[in-house]
Amino acid sequence: MKQQYIKRVELIFEKVDCREIMGTIMGMDPDAICQEVLDSDLKGRGGAGFPTGMKWRFAAQEKDPVKYIVCNADEGEPGTFKDRQILDEVPGKVLCGMAIAARAVGAKNGYIYLRGEYKFLIPELESAIDEFHRLADEFNLDFRVQIRLGSGAYICGEESALFESIEGKRGEPRNKPPYPTSSGLFNKPTAINDVETLVHAVMIMKYGAERFKELGTKDSRGSKVFSVSGDTPKAGIYELELGMSVHEFVEEFGDGDTKAVQVGGAAGFCVPRKKFEETIIGFEGVPTGGSMKLFNSTRSMYNVLHKYLDFFAEESCGQCTPCRVGCQQLLKGVEAVKRGDKNFRYLDELVKLARTMKMASKCGLGQSVGNAFGSIVENFREEIIY
Amino acid sequence: MKENNNMISLSVNGLLVKVPEGTTILEAAKQLNFRIPTLCNHDDLCVAGNCRVCVVEQLGGKSLVAACATPVSEGMQILTNSLKVRAARKHVIELLLSEHRADCTKCYKNGKCELQDLANEFCVGDHILLDLVEQREYTIDMFSPSIQKDDSKCIRCQRCVRTCEQLQGVNALTVAYKGNKQKISTFEELSMAEVICTNCGQCVNRCPTGALVERHYLDEVWDAILDPEKHVVVQTAPAVRVGLGEELGLDSGNRVTGKMVAALKRLGFDSVLDTDFTADLTIMEEGTELLTRLKKALVEKDTSVRLPMTTSCSPGWIKFIEHTFPEYLNNVSTCKSPQQMFGALAKTYYAQVRNLDPKNVVSVSIMPCTAKKYEANRPEMRSSGYKDVDIVLTTRELARMIKQAGVDFNKLKEDHYDSIMGISSGAGVIFGATGGVMEAALRTAYEIVTGKEVPFQDLNIMPVRGMEGVRLASVRIEGCKEEWSFLEGVELKCAVAHGLVNARKLMNGVKSGEIDVHFIEIMACPGGCLGGGGQPIPTNDEIRRRRAEAIYEEDMSLEYRKSHENPEIITLYRDFLGEPLGHRSHELLHTHYTERERY
Repeated sequence: MKQQYIKRVELIFEKVDCREIMGTIMGMDPDAICQEVLDSDLKGRGGAGFPTGMKWRFAAQEKDPVKYIVCNADEGEPGTFKDRQILDEVPGKVLCGMAIAARAVGAKNGYIYLRGEYKFLIPELESAIDEFHRLADEFNLDFRVQIRLGSGAYICGEESALFESIEGKRGEPRNKPPYPTSSGLFNKPTAINDVETLVHAVMIMKYGAERFKELGTKDSRGSKVFSVSGDTPKAGIYELELGMSVHEFVEEFGDGDTKAVQVGGAAGFCVPRKKFEETIIGFEGVPTGGSMKLFNSTRSMYNVLHKYLDFFAEESCGQCTPCRVGCQQLLKGVEAVKRGDKNFRYLDELVKLARTMKMASKCGLGQSVGNAFGSIVENFREEIIY
Repeated sequence: MKENNNMISLSVNGLLVKVPEGTTILEAAKQLNFRIPTLCNHDDLCVAGNCRVCVVEQLGGKSLVAACATPVSEGMQILTNSLKVRAARKHVIELLLSEHRADCTKCYKNGKCELQDLANEFCVGDHILLDLVEQREYTIDMFSPSIQKDDSKCIRCQRCVRTCEQLQGVNALTVAYKGNKQKISTFEELSMAEVICTNCGQCVNRCPTGALVERHYLDEVWDAILDPEKHVVVQTAPAVRVGLGEELGLDSGNRVTGKMVAALKRLGFDSVLDTDFTADLTIMEEGTELLTRLKKALVEKDTSVRLPMTTSCSPGWIKFIEHTFPEYLNNVSTCKSPQQMFGALAKTYYAQVRNLDPKNVVSVSIMPCTAKKYEANRPEMRSSGYKDVDIVLTTRELARMIKQAGVDFNKLKEDHYDSIMGISSGAGVIFGATGGVMEAALRTAYEIVTGKEVPFQDLNIMPVRGMEGVRLASVRIEGCKEEWSFLEGVELKCAVAHGLVNARKLMNGVKSGEIDVHFIEIMACPGGCLGGGGQPIPTNDEIRRRRAEAIYEEDMSLEYRKSHENPEIITLYRDFLGEPLGHRSHELLHTHYTERERY
């Protein structure tokens, strides 16, 4: 039997009694909730990894009487499908997490921004919301949640574009600052968290910050739900302790012929076989919102890169120059190199361009196109050219 | 508003500066005389932060920040010209050029294109990126008689979208699709001629490239001038004389009336006449219409008479109300605009007096406006039996004609308008500024009713002037003549709005009953015609203020200040029209409006 490298965890999908959690948080000072979450070192599970407790505290400190909690359930990153499972299996916990945030921040209204393709979840989610509202009333928590449905634009997973979308406008990212905690949805202080982060908050309220910190590493505490796909015999959703190396991950999930793993979806990094051992999956290494895609030696990395660039060229909102035009240039550029219309040195020009996109784009989308591009071109240069 | 006394210290390129909290990096740098290049930024519009040309480096920051969109913070250290900044900025300009059909030498905006300037500044000669334009389908929309939209030159800065939305509240232009398909489009991608576009041309005034330009008709005018059979008359709108200089190398706020007339004569127009003359005529007709409406409403209790009455000079406003407030079309004065009154008279009265066959008369107008091109093409504007105004040129096009003809504008000696239809009053001139029609109308109407001058020093009715979006004012009528005694003691209430977003505000106020007035002046463009879509580029608040000052100076400099004292107007009524609102006036000078769709 193969040695078990990775610790499987069962926290996110653990059934809990939300009534008990509600009792706990209603008995706590709002700032104590922020502090507990801060102490746990919980970082946002959407991929960017901002400390959740800090986010809540910033929003809590705002004087505005109207504040919002938003649950980002847009889950648009190629290769992630774990929020769908969480919403399907434990919707009550997600709502409970929103209640914790609401209590911590002082918000009376919350929105779940649901990926358009997850429309089928609405009936179950609606009844969970009804149940949750009854529970909230029981505890005199003045907090109401409603669902808003996305329409398929990748960019609407970006928090400020998501706000625009909820507000009924075209989903385009805003300039930052101001940040959501001071001016978010409807220009009010807003705490926006992804589905999984909210559920982690529930478990932190249940078991305490110390217990949460027992898992993971110094920079990446706790566990994380991964969506595993690609060339693997074990595609699916797994909650794993953070801090493993890509090597350990591949040992567990690979098909024995893995040549690269794309960590974090299209916006993430491509890790080649030679770097499996040195690369940690987590905020100290390659961060991920959950997407883990394995590629074996039958795959052309040119095709992989081309798919990602094609995706970005279409899904850029088009607002800012580096992203809108840059994505097209990268896409057409690698095509031209492949065809031989452009010299292989043109790839170096494209790498420089990708660097500008990272430096000068308005939002995370354009800033992260260079991740996949840079890491694939750097490590699989010959596959792109020949 | 919150008092803002917090000062922030920062350094830009190593130089220290203190600025109030909330100032952007762009403004802070400007105080140190560092110009950071911009494209999507515009003084009149909200911050977008789209083009990323203005990115600067903040020491310690992970990425670059947009100077136009980032407020300063304490201790910030900014570099506007570092290696990273230069590399990124050049890339951004190259990227913009790669999706821009850069056929500069053939472009109408050649030499006046902000992208071209930047490309030049950064020596983007042989940029190595792929040309994306040739791989793409694009449309050039030439259906509108006013505005030409060429998507292949669009750099998606969204200035036009923000203009259409924030300044004009029209929303004809909007962003459509995303990513590589993103473009600036209209409802259902219809042509500009088929949608709610008011043809105001404010987008044209702000487009940094040649994507949005006026439809230009210079060659048609040259053809007419050079055709010996044709007698070409030209009229010049009030605001042109305070704008034209900017296009010919002068500072804003210069009055160039005399030089302009001299130049027009050198271009070969057979007769150089003044729209201000028909502005005076408009006052006679519209003032009388207002008084008649008041009489019918107040004395005869005729409920079919609609008040408040609104002005009808601005074709952008007319199209706007036809689309958005069609239930108020009967409130709009039936008077044609001064341009169209002029056109109708040019081929009737003028032709008759000068003994010309109207079919050989070509009437050209020089307007600060793009909507006037549309107006001249309206089917109802043919009451002379011919197209009343044949060709409309903008201020910018006139400047180009002057350059083409090699006329050394600034050395010209001032000349005078020809006659007939060349004399005008100061009241006609101030039509070019927001509030001007109101002021001109009050000068005349008050005197008709009371026999006395309006009770304002030097006839300057200051309460209706200014640049506030919506202004309310009232004049108490005292000492009425007998036939107007029903107006004795009446507080004549007026409202003025400029910029269509303000027009909408005002009309919504009228609709809700919040604004209760007798007479409304609305101009589609910010500042009135002097900020029109055909005026020199660039435009901003400061430039418009200077043009307005020039207009009011021109008013003060003229012999006649009131429309009804214009001797040519008196002759016109005596010899041709009879009386205001008379039969002939009705035929030639009045019109009707059409309800239009709301998209």
